[in-house]
Amino acid sequence: MAKTLRSPLGRALGLGSAKEGVEHWWVQRLTAVALVPLSLWFVTSVIALAGADHATVLAWLSRPLVAILMVLLVGTSFYHASLGLQVIIEDYVHHEGAKIAALVLNKLVCFALAVAGIFAVLKIAFGG
Amino acid sequence: MQTSERPLSPHLQIYRWQLTMTLSIAHRATGIALSVGTLLLVWWLVAAATGPEAYRVVQEFLGSWLGILLLIGWSLSLFYHLCAGIRHLVWDTGHGFDIKTVYQSGWTVVVASIGLTILAWGAALVQMGRG
Repeated sequence: MAKTLRSPLGRALGLGSAKEGVEHWWVQRLTAVALVPLSLWFVTSVIALAGADHATVLAWLSRPLVAILMVLLVGTSFYHASLGLQVIIEDYVHHEGAKIAALVLNKLVCFALAVAGIFAVLKIAFGG
Repeated sequence: MQTSERPLSPHLQIYRWQLTMTLSIAHRATGIALSVGTLLLVWWLVAAATGPEAYRVVQEFLGSWLGILLLIGWSLSLFYHLCAGIRHLVWDTGHGFDIKTVYQSGWTVVVASIGLTILAWGAALVQMGRG
């Protein structure tokens, strides 16, 4: 076996100087694939709803399949957005403190918006 | 100050314009635009859940010239990011990297995203005329 300066724990974790593995890359692709049908469904639905009044929209969102797809769309969109924005922040914000602040803010805002959107759909779907 | 004989990557300001670099940065730009644009979706959903008055406010905004401008930008960004994203997913499988294919897929993305945007707005106008 070749001599190595890496600790046994470091080798077991398999993480290099990037300090992370392939998960970010993989989840970004996974959510991208999911968003292809979800976004096409959303656009065609919104077109069909063009000019609809409040009651029509509520009735539409109350349908179980619509509510499920909308929850998936909102959740997947913000997950994908947070991953994409994270890469952009890491690439362009060079001040370490500002970078960490932006990364934290990105995750918190994306998560909060996803919760808000999903809660709104569920409230309508469960007849609130 | 030349410190080594190694080749440097060309600086953006002297690099000849190429379709590929424009599409690359446009993918990021539309990604940011969509992140902000999804705020509209959340606002729309929360307003619908809140009540008729809140819903009327969001509909009024979306029907204003600023709202329509944002929606056109959002739809173009969505279709571009969708088409370019599929191009990226194909690249992830290791295919389509030769120069000719890269340009073909690039122009396909441009034409498809503009075409889909026009198609979507045409369909929406027809739907509104019917409704």
